[in-house]
Amino acid sequence: MFESLVHVCLAGLSAGMFIWLVASGLTLIFGVLRVLNFAHGSFYMLGAYLCYTLLRYMGVNFVLGVIVGPLGVCVVGFFIERYLLRQVYDLEIAYQLLLTFAIVLIFDELVKLIWGAGSIGSPTVPGLSGSVQIAGRNFPIYNLFIMGIGPLVALGLWAILEKTWWGRIIRASTSDREMAEAIGVRVPKLFTAVFIFGAWLSALGGALAVPYVGLLTTGMGETIIINAFVVVVIGGLGSLKGAFFGALFIGLLNSFGTRFIPTLDMFLTFILMGAVLLWRPQGFFAGADR
Amino acid sequence: MKRRWNYIAAVVLVLGLIGIGCFASRFLLYLTMRVMILSIFAMGYNIIFGRTGLLSFGHAAFYAAGAYGVALCTVHLNPHPLLAIAIGVVSAAILALIIGFFCVRHTEIYFAMLTLAFGMMVFSLLWNLRDITGGDDGISGIMRSALSFGFFRIPIAKDSQYFFMVLVLFVLSFVVIQRIYESPFGLVLAGIRENSVRSQFSGLSVKRYRLAAFVISGLFAGLAGSLSILLESNVTPFAAHWSHSADPVLVSLMGGIQTFSGPFVGSVIFVVLREVIERFTHNWMLWFGLILLAIILGFRGGIVGATQQYLSRFVK
Repeated sequence: MFESLVHVCLAGLSAGMFIWLVASGLTLIFGVLRVLNFAHGSFYMLGAYLCYTLLRYMGVNFVLGVIVGPLGVCVVGFFIERYLLRQVYDLEIAYQLLLTFAIVLIFDELVKLIWGAGSIGSPTVPGLSGSVQIAGRNFPIYNLFIMGIGPLVALGLWAILEKTWWGRIIRASTSDREMAEAIGVRVPKLFTAVFIFGAWLSALGGALAVPYVGLLTTGMGETIIINAFVVVVIGGLGSLKGAFFGALFIGLLNSFGTRFIPTLDMFLTFILMGAVLLWRPQGFFAGADR
Repeated sequence: MKRRWNYIAAVVLVLGLIGIGCFASRFLLYLTMRVMILSIFAMGYNIIFGRTGLLSFGHAAFYAAGAYGVALCTVHLNPHPLLAIAIGVVSAAILALIIGFFCVRHTEIYFAMLTLAFGMMVFSLLWNLRDITGGDDGISGIMRSALSFGFFRIPIAKDSQYFFMVLVLFVLSFVVIQRIYESPFGLVLAGIRENSVRSQFSGLSVKRYRLAAFVISGLFAGLAGSLSILLESNVTPFAAHWSHSADPVLVSLMGGIQTFSGPFVGSVIFVVLREVIERFTHNWMLWFGLILLAIILGFRGGIVGATQQYLSRFVK
């Protein structure tokens, strides 16, 4: 029983890390741009497919694939923000949501056109493909690696936001866009930069997910974006700290839910999301700081 | 003057639909029924979206409630279609009342997120409660038995017969929703959309009006779902998935959300375009996404809105 609990925990934590990578970009973009980006799951999916292509067909090694693949998604993110999203900032929120939804439709189909509609198997990573004994059972090394990467990214984000000049500007624009503009922040440039950075985070998650998920499907973006939405809501829209703990929590909830009460599989997550929205719309983990 | 033209257009439309019912091939009948069902869904949806100004991502749940209500009633209770549809519509309305009660506390993005959460709760229940709902297989093999009224029975098993039932309910919904739009109630909804604070100042209970609009639109979503399962004879949990909730949004946007006929025109274009594009390619959603982009970036009035603007240049 104890072994099984440990493993359910580990599985939940490593799944939570991917949700964290997507949710971090989502919440960052919402914080600064005030746009809830449905297409964020598509960046995750694109990151995964691009990385897969690099590994499989161009013989690139894994580290390079994880670096280069997401950069391709950054280019896509740039065009989306600069030429599409920028047109609708002044409109009602419905149009912004629907614009990003249209992008989801387009990317889903483009991926089907380019890589085919079926699932594709992903290669293993040399050096990280084995497993180790934890609590009497095998656990993949790669998942441990992911569980290290997630907090590293969190730490990096924290350092950028709290310790650098860029971070100060981002925080200033998050708390008061007009004031930031008034003291000379070039807000349109900042929006583009933050959007690209958010897209990169999500694509990084996707690229890292290639060896983890085993099979790439066009539905992978949609699955993760819903989880990321839940996480961002639970953590408080715009709060990175909330997104981190929210992602771990949802990862654990999902894995314990599937293990012990499979009939309520997704239900628990959405109950939680609804409850937080109703009683604490500012989020669970966001304290009085916002 | 304008009013008279609207009446004439409505009469021509109904006559045209009757004509299709009498003479068209089975395929065209099927498509037309799909158009009518989708436009009931979208017209009802537009009461909350275009009129009240709330974007809901959970209306697929009510559509599914209608469909599953009909299916369960037909299988377990009584196969009479009218009873089944009544049960489907009522269960959708009750579900909308429960969900709406919580959701109308918020607006804008929080409302969209809440409806998404509740809609997905319904989806996961339909998916997981295998004993009742059939799990991911859904419920299939629902037959249309005759409408019996004691003395006489009207068979609706054939598509050409069922068509007229859908037509009657479509016209009924059209008229009812039109009356709602022109009623004081409908005007209050538009007032809430334009300025909810001012509406509150004038003594209106904004939340109650929003809830009423939500339940009414959920009711029509349930009707659409009920009619669709009788047409397709099967339903799966994906009827309740959030991506299905996007359908009425897209349809309303295409037609024009600030016009009454927008959702209907949008439904015609949606169904026809899909058929046409699917002839050439499997990736019709790609084209659909591009069209949606074009509408959001360039033609936010939708097709009806743009046409009206164009025409008003001549009629002055």
